[in-house]
Amino acid sequence: MPDFFNFLKPKNELENQGEFAENHPYIPEELWIKCPVCKNAILSSDLMENHKVCTKCGYHFRLSARQRVELTVDENSFAEMDADMMSTNKIGFPDYEKKLRNAKISSGENESVITGSCTICGEKAIIAVMNSKFMMGSMGTVTGEKITRAFEYATENRLPVIVFTVSGGARMQEGILSLMQMAKTSGAVKLHSDAGLLYITVLTDPTTGGVTASFAMEGDIILSEPKALIGFAGPRVIEQTIRQKLPKDFQSAEFLLDKGFIDAVVQRKDMKSTLAQLIRLHKENDEGGAAL
Amino acid sequence: MSAYDHVTAARANDRPTSVDYIKRLFGDSFFELHGDRRFADDKAVIGGIAELNGKPVTVIGLEKGRNLKERMARNFGSAHPEGYRKALRLMKQAEKFHRPVICFVDTSGAYCGIGAEERGQGQAIAENLMEMMTLKTPILSIFIGEGGSGGALALAVADEVWMLENAIYSVISPEGCASILWKDPSKTAEASECLKLTAQDLFKLGVIERIIREPKDLESRIFDSLKNLIADTFEKKAAIPAEKLIEMRYNRFRKF
Repeated sequence: MPDFFNFLKPKNELENQGEFAENHPYIPEELWIKCPVCKNAILSSDLMENHKVCTKCGYHFRLSARQRVELTVDENSFAEMDADMMSTNKIGFPDYEKKLRNAKISSGENESVITGSCTICGEKAIIAVMNSKFMMGSMGTVTGEKITRAFEYATENRLPVIVFTVSGGARMQEGILSLMQMAKTSGAVKLHSDAGLLYITVLTDPTTGGVTASFAMEGDIILSEPKALIGFAGPRVIEQTIRQKLPKDFQSAEFLLDKGFIDAVVQRKDMKSTLAQLIRLHKENDEGGAAL
Repeated sequence: MSAYDHVTAARANDRPTSVDYIKRLFGDSFFELHGDRRFADDKAVIGGIAELNGKPVTVIGLEKGRNLKERMARNFGSAHPEGYRKALRLMKQAEKFHRPVICFVDTSGAYCGIGAEERGQGQAIAENLMEMMTLKTPILSIFIGEGGSGGALALAVADEVWMLENAIYSVISPEGCASILWKDPSKTAEASECLKLTAQDLFKLGVIERIIREPKDLESRIFDSLKNLIADTFEKKAAIPAEKLIEMRYNRFRKF
C-alpha cells in the first residue's frame, strides 16, 4: 500500500515555504520552478518557451552564456573564438586553482565570458556574453583578454560588437592584474569606437563593479533587461558605507534609465530584433559611409 | 617591512598629501581650477595648471585632507563622479594646449553612496579609462599613498606610473578581501600579502615603472629630485609623436 505521506516532503526540506508548501504535495523542481520575485510556481516548459521570463510577473531569470547566445544569434551562426583560453594563478593567490576548477565544473565553461562571431537576423556581428555561473562573472585576465581580442578582431574586420554583461566585478584572486583588465578592455573599446564602429552593451542582472566601471558603460548604445541590478558599488557595500537602507528599485535598470545612464530597457523576447534593427541602422556601405 | 606595514604606512595620517606635493613641486605657480561644468566641484579632486621648471603642466590630485576638518570637506579623498569628470575636463584642456598631465593618486577608492550611483560613478570612471587611453599628451601618475581600485585607476591610465616606496595599489582593500575570503576582516595582514599590493610587488609585475623614495619630512630634498625626474620624463615623452605615444600607452596596458 502506498504511503500517502511519502508524497509530502518534510516542511523544512521544501523549497516553496509558506502556504503553498503546506497545502500542496511536493512537486519535483524539474517540473515546476518558483519565481524568486512573485513566488508563483511556473511550469518549467512554459518558462522555457517564454525565454526564461516568468509568465506571471515578467521576471527575467538569469541565463547561462550559451542560452543567451542561442536566444540572440541565428541558428548555427555562432563561431566561437579563443574557447580554450584558461586562467592560471599568476599571483599565487590561495586556493585560486580550486576555485577555477569548481567554476569550470559548475558552469561547463572555461571562463566567465564566451566570444565569437555570429549573425543576428542576417547581420554580422562580434558577440561577447558573460556568464554568472563562472565565479559570478568576475573579470580575470582571460576574461579581459577575450573581450579585448573580440574588439580588436571587430576593429580589423569593421564589425559591430555586442556585449552582454553580467558580473560581480573584478576578480580578487588575480589582484592588480584584474584591475588592469579594465584599462585594457577600455583601450580596445576606444580604438573600435575611433574607427567609427558600433558597440552595443546589453546589461543583465547583475552588472556591478569593475565591469560597470569599464566596458559595460562604454557602449554607443546601452540596453538593459528589465529590473536588472546595475551599479558601481553593490547595494550591501553602499548600505554599509552610508549606514542606511537603500530605496526600493535603487540601481535597477529602470532607475538608470530615469537617471539618464542607459538608452532603453528591452524585454528579452524583443532583444534579438532590437539588436538587428540597431545594427542595420549603423550598417556601412562599401565606401564606409552609412548605408541608408 | 611586511605588506601590511606598507598598508599602514600608506594610510598614515601624517603622510604628505597631494596638496603637499603640489606645493613642494610647483610652489606658487599652481593655479587651481574648479568644477566639472556639469554638476559640482568635487573637493576630493584638486586640479589646476602649474609651472614645472618653467614649463606649463596640468596637475590633478586625489586629496584626502591633512586634518579632520579638511578630511571631512574632501570626503577623505573618495571622489564622486563629478570629481572624475573634473579630472577628465582638465585632461582634455591639457590636450588642447599641448601640456603634459601629472596625476597624484591617494584614495581608498571611489565613493560608494546614493549620489555617486545616481550620477553614474561607473560611467564616469569608464569614460576616464577610455579617454585617457588616447589622450594626445603625456600622462604621468604618481601613487603617493593609497591606490584603491577603479577609483585610483581612473587617474592612472598613464604613460608611466610611479609609486612612493610605501604607497599601495590594489583591486580591493585588504579588509574587503579578508572578509570575502575568510569571512574575517581581522585577517587584513594575510590578505595584504596575498593581494601583491606593495610598490615592490607591482614593480615586479610590470604594473609600475619606478619606485620613489619616501620623503622624511616636507623639507626633504627628495621633492627637488622628484621635480627634476618629472621634468626629464616629460621632456622625453614630448619628443614622441602623439600617435606613437598613444600606441605605447595602449601596449603598456595590452600586455596584462
